[in-house]
Amino acid sequence: MKLIKSSQAGSLESNDVLVLVKPENDNTGIKLEIDSIVINQFGDRIKEIVEQKLAAMKIENAYIKIKDKGALDCTIEARIEAAIKRAQ
Amino acid sequence: MEKLRQTMLFIPGNNPGMVQNGVVFDSDSVIFDLEDAVSLKEKDTARILLKHALVNIDYGSVEVVVRINALDSDLLNEDLEAIVKPQLDTILVPKINTADDIKQVDEILTKIEKENDIESPIKLIALVETALGVENAFSIAASSERMTAILFGGEDFTADIRTERTDRGEEIDYARSRIVVGCRAAGIDAIDTPYSDINNLDGLAKDAKRAKRLGFEGKSLISPKQINIVNKIFSPTEEEVNWAKRVVRAIERAEKEGKGVISLDGKMIDAPIVNRAKRIINIAAKKEGVL
Amino acid sequence: MKVINTLEEVIKKSGLKDGMTISFHHHLRNGDFVLNSVLNKVAEMGIKDLTIAPSSVFPVHIDIIDHIKNGVVKKIECNYMSGKVGEVISEGIMDQPVVFRSHGGRARAIASGELKIDVAFLAAPAADSEGNINGINGKAACGSLGYAFSDARYADKVIAITDNIEEYPLTPVSIDQTYVDYVLEVEEIGDPEGIVSGTTQITQDPVGLKIAEYTAEVIEESGLLKDGLNFQTGAGGTSLAVADKLKDKMIEKNITGNFAMGGITSYLVNMMEEGLFKSILDVQCFDLDAVRSIRENIEHQEISSSWYANTESKSCAVDMLDVVILGATEIDTDFNVNVLTNSNGVIMGGSGGHNDTAAGANLTIVVAPLFRTRLPIVVDKVLAKTTPGEHIDVLVTERGIAVNPANQELYKKLKKTNLPITTIEKLKEEAEKVAGKPQKVEFSDNIIALVEARDGEIIDKVRQPLLK
Repeated sequence: MKLIKSSQAGSLESNDVLVLVKPENDNTGIKLEIDSIVINQFGDRIKEIVEQKLAAMKIENAYIKIKDKGALDCTIEARIEAAIKRAQ
Repeated sequence: MEKLRQTMLFIPGNNPGMVQNGVVFDSDSVIFDLEDAVSLKEKDTARILLKHALVNIDYGSVEVVVRINALDSDLLNEDLEAIVKPQLDTILVPKINTADDIKQVDEILTKIEKENDIESPIKLIALVETALGVENAFSIAASSERMTAILFGGEDFTADIRTERTDRGEEIDYARSRIVVGCRAAGIDAIDTPYSDINNLDGLAKDAKRAKRLGFEGKSLISPKQINIVNKIFSPTEEEVNWAKRVVRAIERAEKEGKGVISLDGKMIDAPIVNRAKRIINIAAKKEGVL
Repeated sequence: MKVINTLEEVIKKSGLKDGMTISFHHHLRNGDFVLNSVLNKVAEMGIKDLTIAPSSVFPVHIDIIDHIKNGVVKKIECNYMSGKVGEVISEGIMDQPVVFRSHGGRARAIASGELKIDVAFLAAPAADSEGNINGINGKAACGSLGYAFSDARYADKVIAITDNIEEYPLTPVSIDQTYVDYVLEVEEIGDPEGIVSGTTQITQDPVGLKIAEYTAEVIEESGLLKDGLNFQTGAGGTSLAVADKLKDKMIEKNITGNFAMGGITSYLVNMMEEGLFKSILDVQCFDLDAVRSIRENIEHQEISSSWYANTESKSCAVDMLDVVILGATEIDTDFNVNVLTNSNGVIMGGSGGHNDTAAGANLTIVVAPLFRTRLPIVVDKVLAKTTPGEHIDVLVTERGIAVNPANQELYKKLKKTNLPITTIEKLKEEAEKVAGKPQKVEFSDNIIALVEARDGEIIDKVRQPLLK
């Protein structure tokens, strides 16, 4: 899947997550920046979800910034999907 | 008689905090809203959020309803593609004016259910909020096997008939009754319009009592604060339950004794009374979690 | 002549030297100017290596951080610590761990001499030239001075710091002149806006309201909702919502309670003034209405922290409680409660009256949401044990109610109702099912806090969290 523009989805409300996507078309892979209020408890899990979702949507090169306010797994997945779709 | 729908709580579909808490509020149904509660530019993120929430969050015995966007919005198809999942119980379709409107949605739903191997057909609730819709209440109610209720949208209806909403509510009396009658004739539920003044709990109580007297099965709500009051009003009182139990016992006694005519407190018990008593016991039992 | 003109002078007169212990009460809460002024002056005067024993530390006391770094403050003993001070201490900047006690525990330690205070600096909203003080007059009125009594009684030197000297003799008097050595008059002892909030508010959050609804029903079904009820609740939004729902039930059933205690807010004052409670025992005022009431109502009584909760006094008030409503940042499957740290192990609170009331009350109810933004409240093991599980009877969350297995009588009563009674293990499971299983925070070997039980035994040693 080709990403053609920057996008974002979600919000900074409690229990939500803001996902920012920037296309990187130089084959440098995924650059991931995660900022979360529950980074100590769910940091690894968030990283896992992002990586899994990007792989499932066949995104190989992108800059993804996550600003998480305690979103559940399904919310994170949903916001990533929405942001990626908006970037296409 | 199906599941109780005495309280149906609207929840903004793009609000993860509220969506994930849907089961906490103790309403009979939750209506995740993709229509009025979501701005145009967030329709896409909202439907994706619900798509994931439906599959991953356990709503227990609460009926899960999604209000999709209207037929004329160009969003309906994408909404349905996203939210049709085994975990979805019911879809609320706004601005339903005719039986044909429902049939259109029914067709699209059937196709998507097949594509997704959904075995149990998803039900439909028609949101009737126009003069035309109210006029067509019965035919809408009877238009499809999926039809399980009509929800009355009082605010939009009042605007459509070019008058104003008042506290007394006489401007919507006819519409309310017509919808109740149409639903009853078609054998489905009638759900009343929300009460918009969240802080006026006395006003809410009056409005809900009126809706119950008019024959509605339940009421839609826009705030969790409204749930307890409406629940209490639509639930049978202790006196009603006791009365109903006495009726049923009187019937059983009469049957044992081979009597044809049954009386209680000096009054004859005929079929309508029997049905009412059974209905009350049914509701009470459901509330106890027995059924 | 007790009235001294400057802070520097009064500190000199007190004989304060390196290594001594100074104390403060926290009735000016987040509007307090006194603690910072004293520390700043002490630092200026070159005095160092002090132990400070404020009954609580608030965000306004941020100056403490610099004084830890420059060696003025070597040790802290308190009952509660919120704000940046707690955060920074959790990064391990102190050589000695902070000692956390309950309100009753502090009173006990002071009376027994375990916490020996050399100089007590007591903020006094009203004082006279001989050192009689009260908390109810003056622009910085704070109401009850409950936590100051032990300091006044046992400290070697007691200094009253006031911005309101009234004619002798002050009327009424909370702490009398026989305990006070010096009186210092300053411009302002604190900021009224930070001292008491205008009003404390019931939560509007539907989750909090649901918890309150369940809790009121638990109280009713326990059989304790009858005439003569002795009740205490916190000042948080959900705790107040419980008081509100309880009030409805008391009115409905025509019940008159006996006394309400705490941390007093306008809600409890209203209940008393409406005849639902006969009197109030007040160890701390949280809002203006509570201050007004303690001033005007003879049935609204100020009590010292010793009277409130000191296990070594001849008897104490918490033992008379029927029901207490408490919060928790964490609770484990043994019902141990953490109110000292957050889920990251960072200090942001402390027992206060938590383990005092939990131990004393007939029915101890912890109210909490099942998660706070994804973090489950129910855990395997709390990061800091402030109240032992044996004192907790029931946990009420919006998704279920867990009764301590030790209280079979209560369990049987509640199981007969429509309430969602479950087990604490099942609540933990559900929390983890919804939110995912949290990774455990890692800790270093550095101990940042010691938690004392009411009797002085150390019940927990809190380590420094290693955070991302």
